[in-house]
Amino acid sequence: MASPSSYVREPDDGSQPPLDFPPYKSTALRHPNEPLVYLPHEVTEVTGPQLIGAEPSDLDADLTRQHDGEPIGERITISGRVLDTAGRPLGDTLIEVWQANSAGRYRHRQDNWPAPLDPNFSGAGRCLTDSDGRYSFTTVKPGPYPWGNHHNAWRPAHVHFSLLGQAFAQRLVTQMYFPGDPLFEFDPIFNSVRDPKARERMIAAFSMEDTQPDWAIAYDWDIVLRGPEATPFEEAH
Amino acid sequence: MRAGEAYAVPDGEPGAVHIRGTVHDGEGAPVPDALLELWQVSPRELFARCSCEPGEGDYEVVTLLPGDEAPWIDVSVFARGMLNRVVTRIYFAPDDVPGFVPPGRRATLIAHDDGDGYRFDIRLQGPTETVFFDV
Repeated sequence: MASPSSYVREPDDGSQPPLDFPPYKSTALRHPNEPLVYLPHEVTEVTGPQLIGAEPSDLDADLTRQHDGEPIGERITISGRVLDTAGRPLGDTLIEVWQANSAGRYRHRQDNWPAPLDPNFSGAGRCLTDSDGRYSFTTVKPGPYPWGNHHNAWRPAHVHFSLLGQAFAQRLVTQMYFPGDPLFEFDPIFNSVRDPKARERMIAAFSMEDTQPDWAIAYDWDIVLRGPEATPFEEAH
Repeated sequence: MRAGEAYAVPDGEPGAVHIRGTVHDGEGAPVPDALLELWQVSPRELFARCSCEPGEGDYEVVTLLPGDEAPWIDVSVFARGMLNRVVTRIYFAPDDVPGFVPPGRRATLIAHDDGDGYRFDIRLQGPTETVFFDV
């Protein structure tokens, strides 16, 4: 199928965070001062890489089976569909995730607050959606994480999601949160999304139906990427 | 491959060029945690993802010079302190920079041949701030 000629623009309705957001202190020196220059979509924006690295294996989607032993923590599954704004599923699209361990400790050198590392947890996973746009990860629920933005600052438990989409314009990096977290009201990053409905959409839904007995609590989370602005022109057969 | 390097094509491929640069913040300091993704469709579809050298904010990518059909490279920049990516383009000739880019800022999109490859610095904020696009 031919590439779309353009993708819908993000409306300025509070569903995307601003780049300049003073409550998140590190934005102060890293946000552009100048307005963004409108770029009409051309070939480089309506195409994009479909894979980074090798094709993911099933083990890449299971963060509990990447070491000799299993990580400590609550085993969970996170599943859902990747769709576009027109409701179309995105099949065979790459999702990369990363997260802290169940104690809230990341395995990278800049994180050394006094929470234990887990020798059986690295915290990175990847998968391709199936032909219906479905994905599923198995992991342990991450813990909240102190981050020094302000006094007693803690990130709510979250999983980072990175999606290539089908085009450069669809690329999305976002965070998924867990229902009922008491830290939402205190977190500048969560609250940088100004629209309350958009904030709700970043929170996964507990699913009793998908929870597997004696195995794992399930969370469901659909991800919506920008869709094409108009139906692409089908090539003549 | 050391940290801070990335390969869209192997180093030995005929025509391979090195593009190097530094990502700077609003005080001119390097952004050591910046992550760049480069995408071009000419001479063929090529992609590279590049973390900056830890502590330095320097990146280096090995790729092919874009051809005439689309003589630029799309770049996404991610880092802490950035709630969304910023998007820019690397051009290699002034005439290729689109007319809608403000005249006084066009130079920020042009890579310079430094004799050993090309240099393209990214300034997230400040007087010579790189042009970023609403994609």
